[in-house]
This record gives sequence, structure tokens and C-alpha cells, in this order.
Amino acid sequence: MPLAHLKNVSTLTYRPDRCPGCGLCATVCPHAVFEMDGRKARVTDRDRCMECGACARNCAFGAIDVHAGVGCAYAIMWSALRRKPVPQCGE
Amino acid sequence: MAALKIPEARDLNNEECSCGEECCGGTVEPGTAAPFVETPRFSTGRIETPAGDIPVVPSRLNGRDRRGTFRVRLGLGRGRYAIAPGLYALGAPDRWSPVFVTANYKLSFDRLRKAVPGVNAWILALDTHGINVWCAAGKGAFGTDEVERRIEATGLRNVVSHRTLILPQLGAPGVSAPEVAKRTKFRVLFGPVRAEDLKTFLERGMKAEPEMRRVRFTFKDRLTLIPVELSMIAVSKIFLALAVLWLAAMIAGLDRAGLIGLALAGSIVVGAGLIPALLPWIPGRMFAAKGALLGLIWAAVVCALWGFPPAGAPDAAAFAAALLVLPALSAFLAMNFTGSSTFTSLSGVVAEMKIAVPLMAAAAGLGLVAAGLSVLLRI
Repeated sequence: MPLAHLKNVSTLTYRPDRCPGCGLCATVCPHAVFEMDGRKARVTDRDRCMECGACARNCAFGAIDVHAGVGCAYAIMWSALRRKPVPQCGE
Repeated sequence: MAALKIPEARDLNNEECSCGEECCGGTVEPGTAAPFVETPRFSTGRIETPAGDIPVVPSRLNGRDRRGTFRVRLGLGRGRYAIAPGLYALGAPDRWSPVFVTANYKLSFDRLRKAVPGVNAWILALDTHGINVWCAAGKGAFGTDEVERRIEATGLRNVVSHRTLILPQLGAPGVSAPEVAKRTKFRVLFGPVRAEDLKTFLERGMKAEPEMRRVRFTFKDRLTLIPVELSMIAVSKIFLALAVLWLAAMIAGLDRAGLIGLALAGSIVVGAGLIPALLPWIPGRMFAAKGALLGLIWAAVVCALWGFPPAGAPDAAAFAAALLVLPALSAFLAMNFTGSSTFTSLSGVVAEMKIAVPLMAAAAGLGLVAAGLSVLLRI
């Protein structure tokens, strides 16, 4: 059984019309969500996306958008308990 | 019981999350100095450069380095395992030697230098407040601004004649290669995910195979995390309070206090030990579901040890308590392992929590009522 979390949750969006094919997204993604298909990047499997934000930060053409964050229940709980918008992990 | 409202993922911005010692190994407070700087006893001398004397470090780790690694792998003093940010000379580098960029978490720094024996290079340690590359990149401490700042602070331009930096791939969530190039004229090359592959990357002319670009989460990786998971629990206030309560129950001679202690300790081991170890083989996608499933099996074992079938109403209530509380506890700890895993997203964990947290709270609440009943019926 592969290591996979929930399906259809990722906030990743990709606009191929803006992609000039530099390939940096495919280089930085740690889960091979992007691959190069000729002169354009292509999304392989959105469900592997962990929203780390590496692709969007390194896309100089604004073709990728993702609400980046850390998938850590502990951090989310702290932010809920302290009623703060920013997750804080303990003291 | 106060309701815990799970925030929407879109309202969470944990780029600025200051993951404490509990998770990532350090405290990020942007703009402040590293909390503690390890005396550079790993340095073997100094090398003269146009930017001043630079400490020389060997590729081989000494006993002190290895003891430090062992200590932080047990979860001890992870928040204070930092080195001074800045430039280091690995071996005997010159103006054309490559520049590796890393975090000032000593474990990251040590793994980098150990991975490239015989290579002469410069190491630029960013100020990530003693946090590893990936966690610091996720919060922006290992970021574009700090790369720029550290290049200027160290005078790197005067030390090397080329304009290329080699960054670990997992620094990419924080560092924009196009932005660094625009601001500093340094070209950023993203190396492999793991330091162990760096040598191959260099030998193949700065090319990483697709396999070197994928993050893994192997059985061995997961086993390595278990001591840290357990030590995080051991120092938590809730655990210490429970331990004191349990000791009091033992001294007071509460009926079967020994077995109750074993039951609770067992579900902690299930949630923080067995779940990490067996993660891909336990059915279910949600971590909490995996934890609940194994927790339920453990609860059945506890019931068998208690004596099956239940002898009367107090025993039946005790069974109900075990079958509700123990899975809830294992599920909770399993859910907290999402932060240590390498593949869960913020949206995914929020979605899981919206389902799992109310269920866990309900099970724990009902279970505690059953436990109370079991005690009352006995009197």
C-alpha cells in the first residue's frame, strides 16, 4: 500500500497557458506532481501534492498557485486553541 | 468539554508558523539570533580569504558530532542544536569550488559534510534558528531573504569567482531561484533531496535522477522518528499529570491500577510507535483512522487481560471505557504524526481533523463516563 493521504483536497491550481516550460516546478516538487511534457509542465497526480509551495514560489510566470502550509495536526490544534490565525507549535 | 473549532485551511498561514522544539527542533522568531550556538569544536583550523578567516571543517564526523546526532535523535536538546550561521570551508576550497547552502541546524550541517568526503567546497549556513532545511523552508526562515542577507553578510562574492549556489531541493518551499538570481546575480541550482545523493549529483555534472528528487518515507526513516515522538509525549504536561494520577491510584490501591496503567501506556505505544512503524500497511487513509483501528485491537487485548467475559456491571463499564478511551488516545497520537510525515498537506490534515476530532472527543468523553461508572458501581 503506498503512502497516501486524503484525495481531492489539494488547493493546487495550474494554468498551462502561462507556462513557458522552464521546468523548475518539476525540479523542485518532492512528489513528482509536475513533469515536463515537451515544452510545457503537466500535472501528473494532484493527490500527491502536499502543498509545500515549492512549485509556486519558483514559478516566475505565475502559472502555479497553491495555498502553501504545513500538514501538521499539532500546529493546527495550537492555532485553534489560541484562536490565532497562525498555527504555533507549542512554546 | 470546550469545543475545539478546527480552522479552515484558507485561514491558516503557517508559513510563519513557529514550530517549537516539539516538532521541528527549534524556535523560529524571524529577526532574532539563533537561541544557542554550539562552540565550533568540529572546526580543524582556519583558511584565509579576501572576506576574512573562515573556519575549516572536515568531512569526517568526530565522536562529539556522532554523540550529538544520537542525542537529538532521542529528542533531547533539539531546539538548541545550532551552529553559527555563516561561511565554512569544507576541506581546502578555492575561488572555483562549489558553494553548498544549508541550515544552521547542526544535524543538517553534519549530514551535508559527511555526504561529500574528498570534495573541497564552501558551505553557507543560513540562519534558520537551528531548524532543519525543510521545516525552515516551510516557514520562510530558509528563504530568499536569508539567502540574500547571508551572501552579503559573509562577503561570499569576494570568496568565490563563480556565481552558482547549490541548495538542497527541500529548500525550494522557501527559496525562489528566479528571485535570488534577480536580487543577487547568483544562480540557484537545486541539488537532490537527500545529502547522500549529493556526491552522485556532482559526479553527473549537477544532474539529479528523478529518484533523487522524490521524498521518501521508508520504514527506517519512520523508525528513526519514534524516539522523538515518544520523548515529546514524555515531557508533555498532560502525560506528566496522568503519570502522577496513576501513581496516586497505585499507592491508594485502586483495583487493577497496574492493568489500567499498562492499558494507557500501551495505547501511547500504539499511537506513537506502531503507527509510524507500520503506517503504509494499516488500512485507511486518515492517520486517526489507522490509530483508532490499532487502538481498538489493543483495547480488545486489554479486555482479555481484564478477564473475559465481564463478571458484572462494573466490569462491563470498564470494558466500555477501554474500548472507547484507548482507541481515541491512539487515534489522537496517530493524527499528530501527520506533522512528521512527508506527504500530508495542510488541506488534507484540516479535512481529517474536521472528521476525527469530534469523534475522538466524543469517544474519550463517553469512555471517561464509563470509567467513572465502573468505579462507582464497585463501591
